[in-house]
Amino acid sequence: MPIVVNGQSYETDEEGYLTNRNDWNEDLAKEMAKVDNCSLSDNHWEVINFLREYYDEYQIAPAVRVLTKAIGKKLGPDKGNSKYLYELFPYGPAKQACKYAGLPKPTGCV
Amino acid sequence: MSETTGGVEMDEDVSGVVKKFLYVNRKAPYGTIYALESLEVVLIAAAFDQDVSLVFLDDGVYQLAKGQHTKTIDVKNFSPTYRALEGYDIEKLYVEKESLEARGLTTEDLIVPVTLLPAAEMAELMDGQDVVLSF
Repeated sequence: MPIVVNGQSYETDEEGYLTNRNDWNEDLAKEMAKVDNCSLSDNHWEVINFLREYYDEYQIAPAVRVLTKAIGKKLGPDKGNSKYLYELFPYGPAKQACKYAGLPKPTGCV
Repeated sequence: MSETTGGVEMDEDVSGVVKKFLYVNRKAPYGTIYALESLEVVLIAAAFDQDVSLVFLDDGVYQLAKGQHTKTIDVKNFSPTYRALEGYDIEKLYVEKESLEARGLTTEDLIVPVTLLPAAEMAELMDGQDVVLSF
């Protein structure tokens, strides 16, 4: 099921995750969020950018527990907790934020 | 007394016995799927809060070697993922001393900190496990 942004079509898998990570751009993330009725705030972008950096470094999308802990380490305890992250990404922070970040679905416990 | 929620035991004390799991990696990182599959199983199993150790021996020590360039064989270089294990609370990584030395490598050549164990002690480590999974 391809997603079309600015006249350009991008391939995604059946769950909406981007097939080719290098296709990613910010407009694409915004369009994916719009499909979920979500408008991306600075707080969303903070998590999305964090995930992209994490993937660049470790070549995986982190499990939600690992994401929560790592966010806490980087952005402080008021952001490194499930409540904060689930409010931003109600479909599950790892699952939903990874999708907008153009990453594959996280391995294991999401 | 333990509380139940919807029939699922949520109390810490009854959430299950912690077993000692050992993942034994003995194949080179590419050419077969074993190394990557093992790593994925470890990452998934990390969610279950068990006592996990990883062992690298024989050609398995190459899985941790620095400077893996996989572009020309057209597969993903997944070696950076071993550095993520710490964040998954998997910190017990053992490398067999003889295997490493036989391949002309030292711990300096590895991408993560490990504990070197001579073969005899490796046998003891394996003996002390509840579950040993070999890849």
